[in-house]
Amino acid sequence: MADKPAFNKRRKTCSFSAPDAAPIDWKDINTLRRHISERGKIMPSRITYVSQKKQRELSKAIKRARYMALLPYLQVESEYQSKR
Amino acid sequence: MGLGLLEAVNQEETLMAIYETVFLARSELSTKQVEELTAKISKILETGTEGQNTEGKILKTENWGVRTLAYKINKSKKAHYVLIESETTGAALIEAERVMRLDEDVMRYMSIKLEEATTEPSAIMKKDEERSERTDRKREAA
Repeated sequence: MADKPAFNKRRKTCSFSAPDAAPIDWKDINTLRRHISERGKIMPSRITYVSQKKQRELSKAIKRARYMALLPYLQVESEYQSKR
Repeated sequence: MGLGLLEAVNQEETLMAIYETVFLARSELSTKQVEELTAKISKILETGTEGQNTEGKILKTENWGVRTLAYKINKSKKAHYVLIESETTGAALIEAERVMRLDEDVMRYMSIKLEEATTEPSAIMKKDEERSERTDRKREAA
């Protein structure tokens, strides 16, 4: 629409599809962390705008990182602290 | 298992490919023990078992040190992480996995076939340095 504000026009694109983007790596937990919720769930691509192809790669990478205990399967913050 | 499948497996086992293997060793182990364990597994990846005559190569070895686990495994909160990147056969890799499975000091392992060899240290090495610096600064501020 013509009267839409300028800052609203830019649609987010997939951050992994850029030509200079690093390949998705299950060991790169700081990048993967941006794609999981506070609970540890994988963020849906409709929110993060990751492309279909990259989302599949990403979910595999997160699952690998979870198996090797680099990322949590689920994170319950209060429980986690009271146990210590 | 049918004979056809066995043959297919045997063929696969003699082909060389690039694999990365990461394993978790119990945190009670000393650095020296972890090094010995790494050497033991590296040797299997290089030479295979007796009669296999594998000519594998170790491309990279990384010790990530003791890391806090995201969740408890076997009641422990920490573990040594070691990464070995190797060019070897499927048979040698299967043998290495079997040895890791039997070794009680190895809590967990995972091997992944790579498209091509990596050239730089893995992301976990450099990102962690930045991270620890940041947390140090946070601690100083607190």
